[in-house]
Amino acid sequence: MSLQSPLGKVRGLGTAGTGVHHWWVQRLTALALVPLAVWLLVSLLALPALDFVTLVSWVGGTWTASLLTLFVLTTSWHSSLGVQVILEDYVHDQGLKTTSLVLSGFVHAVLAVLGVFAILRIAFGSPL
Amino acid sequence: MRTRPLSPHWTIYRMSRYSMLTSFANRAAGLVMSAGLLVFIYWLISLARGVRAYSHAQQLLASGVAKLFYVAVIAAFSYHLAAGIRHLIWDTGRGLEKAQSQRSAWLVVIAAILLALLCGWWAFRAREAGG
Repeated sequence: MSLQSPLGKVRGLGTAGTGVHHWWVQRLTALALVPLAVWLLVSLLALPALDFVTLVSWVGGTWTASLLTLFVLTTSWHSSLGVQVILEDYVHDQGLKTTSLVLSGFVHAVLAVLGVFAILRIAFGSPL
Repeated sequence: MRTRPLSPHWTIYRMSRYSMLTSFANRAAGLVMSAGLLVFIYWLISLARGVRAYSHAQQLLASGVAKLFYVAVIAAFSYHLAAGIRHLIWDTGRGLEKAQSQRSAWLVVIAAILLALLCGWWAFRAREAGG
């Protein structure tokens, strides 16, 4: 039992205190993605060609591999949060909503792992 | 289960057409790029799987439908970036007045169009030169 008065509770923690977590992470990932996405776009456009050898040596570079890993993780997280909000707002059937939310979360987790694994595989071993 | 009251949804707000359109477009652009993420990861995996897998993917990713999709992704990216920066500025408590937000709505659209054109021009030029 808590001795804290209802007013004190509201002024202090209010709810469990995690209500803004979703909002905050969406903003943080957005902020991180501004430079990361611009970097990726400019790098891709500046590549001399899009053939296999050029791309493998580009992805495998220390800086590229690191930034690309950050990009994949941040984008997957940001996309997961965004799709979640859209599903919560527009899917009204409760069962369908839960199913689609779970599915979206799983798909995003799989995408993140696949992306990071692909980058590491290119960086550490020659996939020729 | 009894339907429980929901928090106020957009139907109860009197949003101006500017904020309504720009907010909706931002979500739509985000969704397009979520699809883009799917394609990007597929591209990375095929690159990691080797020459043959990549050349197979290259054929798929060079199709007409794919090219149309890149145009959509570039447009979505340009818009989402500009609108996203506007949202981040809003989050600091600035630019929320009606006149300011209407002005920034136009600014976002103009910046997005310019950025998309720049990207499109650059990509086209790179393709002409390299392939």
